[in-house]
Amino acid sequence: MAVVKLQRPKLNFGEKIYFGALIKGFFLTMSHAVKSLRGKSVGAETLASSGLGVTMQFPEQRWDSHLPEYYRGAPALVTDEQGRERCVSCQLCEFICPPKAIKIKPSEIPSDDPWAKVEKRPLEFDIDMIRCIYCGMCEEVCPEQAIYLRKDYLITGLKRADMVHDKKRLYEIGGVRVGLVNKWNELK
Amino acid sequence: MSDTPSATAELILPKDLAAGKGMVNVQIDDIWHQFPKGTRMIEACRQAEITVPHYCYHPKLSSPGNCRMCLVQMGMPPRPAPGQEPQRDENGYEIIGWMPRPVIACANTVGENMGIRTTGDLVEKCREGVMEFLLINHPLDCPICDQAGECRLQEQSVQHGRGVSRFVDMKVKKPKNVDIGPRIRLDDERCIMCSRCIRFMDEVASDPVLGFTQRGTHTTLTVHPGRLLDSNYSLNTADICPVGALTSNDFRFQMRVWFLKETPSIDVNCGTGTNITLWARGNKLHRITPRLNDEVNSAWMPDSHRLNFHYIDSAARLTEPLSRSVGVSPTSFSPTPWPTAIAQSAAKIQSIPAAQTAIIASGRMTNEELFLTHTLAAEIGTRLLSLVPRSGEADKLLVAADRNPNTTGAKLILGSENPYSGLAFIRDGVRDGSIKSLIVLGEDIITDAGFTADDLGKLDFLLQTSVLANPTAEHAHLVLPSAAFAEKRGSMVNLSGRLQRLNRAVELPGQAHDDWEILRDLILAISGGKNEVHHIEDVFKALAENVPAFNGLTLSKIGHQGTQIADTGYQIPLLANERARKAAGLING
Ligand code: SF4
Ligand code: SF4
Ligand code: SF4
Ligand code: FES
Repeated sequence: MAVVKLQRPKLNFGEKIYFGALIKGFFLTMSHAVKSLRGKSVGAETLASSGLGVTMQFPEQRWDSHLPEYYRGAPALVTDEQGRERCVSCQLCEFICPPKAIKIKPSEIPSDDPWAKVEKRPLEFDIDMIRCIYCGMCEEVCPEQAIYLRKDYLITGLKRADMVHDKKRLYEIGGVRVGLVNKWNELK
Repeated sequence: MSDTPSATAELILPKDLAAGKGMVNVQIDDIWHQFPKGTRMIEACRQAEITVPHYCYHPKLSSPGNCRMCLVQMGMPPRPAPGQEPQRDENGYEIIGWMPRPVIACANTVGENMGIRTTGDLVEKCREGVMEFLLINHPLDCPICDQAGECRLQEQSVQHGRGVSRFVDMKVKKPKNVDIGPRIRLDDERCIMCSRCIRFMDEVASDPVLGFTQRGTHTTLTVHPGRLLDSNYSLNTADICPVGALTSNDFRFQMRVWFLKETPSIDVNCGTGTNITLWARGNKLHRITPRLNDEVNSAWMPDSHRLNFHYIDSAARLTEPLSRSVGVSPTSFSPTPWPTAIAQSAAKIQSIPAAQTAIIASGRMTNEELFLTHTLAAEIGTRLLSLVPRSGEADKLLVAADRNPNTTGAKLILGSENPYSGLAFIRDGVRDGSIKSLIVLGEDIITDAGFTADDLGKLDFLLQTSVLANPTAEHAHLVLPSAAFAEKRGSMVNLSGRLQRLNRAVELPGQAHDDWEILRDLILAISGGKNEVHHIEDVFKALAENVPAFNGLTLSKIGHQGTQIADTGYQIPLLANERARKAAGLING
């Protein structure tokens, strides 16, 4: 392995006692403090500042309208334009989920159901939001495009049980997604 | 192979060397091997540790050669012109002339100086072509298909598939979710027409109810009109179906296979001792499949045995020791801690004269448990020890008439030709009051041994160990919860004298204890001795020292395929059929 010898930079006396740098830093900080008091902080507008610096006063103020397009919040299940639940309980998300947050109980769709040809759907689908790390692996692995990370980020509860999103809750958060690949059309 | 190339002419040629042993020389992917004459090319490759992808070939079934997945390139030495000597390389092998056209490896046998190439452009193109044809009409059901994760089509697609379909026409529609029998579901769109299931039902189960109708891309697997796929061996078709066309109703949509952990064990529903794999996720057993053992069950198992496991996590499971509250009517039981339950039992057993005490054990107990039962009887001082016989109809394949899995083991360990003989005597003894204390291990004697509730009412003490709540337990003074077959380790000897192991796939529920631990604790409580038995291995060690048939063995020495320890002369009918077919050259394996 090649050894690279680094030359320490030669410092003059002023730099060696670093007093000048301290003073410089102090003035920089002070200038920002003054700017902040005058409501002129850099990026205050885009970051929806409360007036003092760039700080947003949570929870009175919310991120919601400022969330970027790519924001990834809580994972949730979605239905398609015909109201069909897209998830077929293939359990791939349960398998891939790094902190094992997802628990699925599969079931067979009864033959008198309008979507009987899909054959399979989840009976229970739980995501433990204490465990979820919002990594988005579930969304990526889903072969049916049934699970998406939505914009919800305020997941709170008073009990552990409150933090488990069941199937009903997941569909509430998820809502409808249209225009995705639809493999269960009339040709199937 | 000769080390001295210059001397080949005088030396014996490799072909003569091999012929002397009834073998032939075959070059597989540039390496020379020897195989017995008549070996199929695909088996030769397997022995050379090269897997040739295949669908229709199954070593235990005939080879129709209809999937074409196993195409390989083959070569033979060109025939020399008259008067010309064949050309040989420095090792004495003739130079191989490769054929431009591939052959199927599953139905062709090896020949002297044959060459096989399992890789290369030609072979790769063939595989890709076959895969493309197989996938033309494939429904892409993987997310809802139970086979996903153990599907040959998926596996080969990864290796030889295209990723994108070039097919522009409409896919052929076929029947889906077809009910063809009580335990099997058929999806014709997934079927790749390998005909394994047809051949299995015909050749092994002798109930040829499956067949193809239509032609070409419309070929459809179906069951004979007016018949159902209802043989007691039907679930084996789901095992051998390389795709998800045939799936088990029982396992349908229960769990994806990649979550399941496999534990090798044996079946306990009859004396055959079928080798099985237990598939569990966490603490739940999801399915059982047969495990290959050419000395016991080949690759198959009966449905009745395979599906008999759901009781393990049923509501009837006993999870804590129960003691009957005295003088309360109707009878009620209250949970008791283990030490109290064991101490109470020991005190009660000791308070009743040994001559009035009997033990009814079970032919479903492992060797280790039977050995400890024998020790317990000796400790108490009673000679009244019997097992409960259990029989049914034999089926000329795998199901034996003796439905106890360990009769042979019981004979060896209890040293009796008929370990069931004492049952009637014990029953009479209980009836006429000469037996006052009864220890029933793992049996429901009201349902299975002809006892009545009145009989049991006469007893001063009835101790029962059991997996499930049952009528006998209702009359017991103490009920101790024990382990089901998937929850314990141990060994059993099948009817043909093969010693085989059970393994633990799931943990015991609640406070239930392993049977051998219960027996050990009882023995210690009665004898007051110091515990020197800490593991099941210790029990087996003591067994191996005391019973001649087990001398020199340990649990780990038994191995996953079992060890023959006795010659009982019992023949498993299915194996006899299979050996006859093998001798006739119909099958390979
Ligand atoms: S976002 Fe990640 S951690 Fe959360 S449920 Fe999906 S896979 Fe699991
Ligand atoms: S990966 Fe998609 S289809 Fe499969 S279980 Fe998860 S959400 Fe449902
Ligand atoms: S159902 Fe399965 S085993 Fe039977 S022919 Fe089709 S693919 Fe082969
Ligand atoms: S495996 Fe050889 S043709 Fe099917």
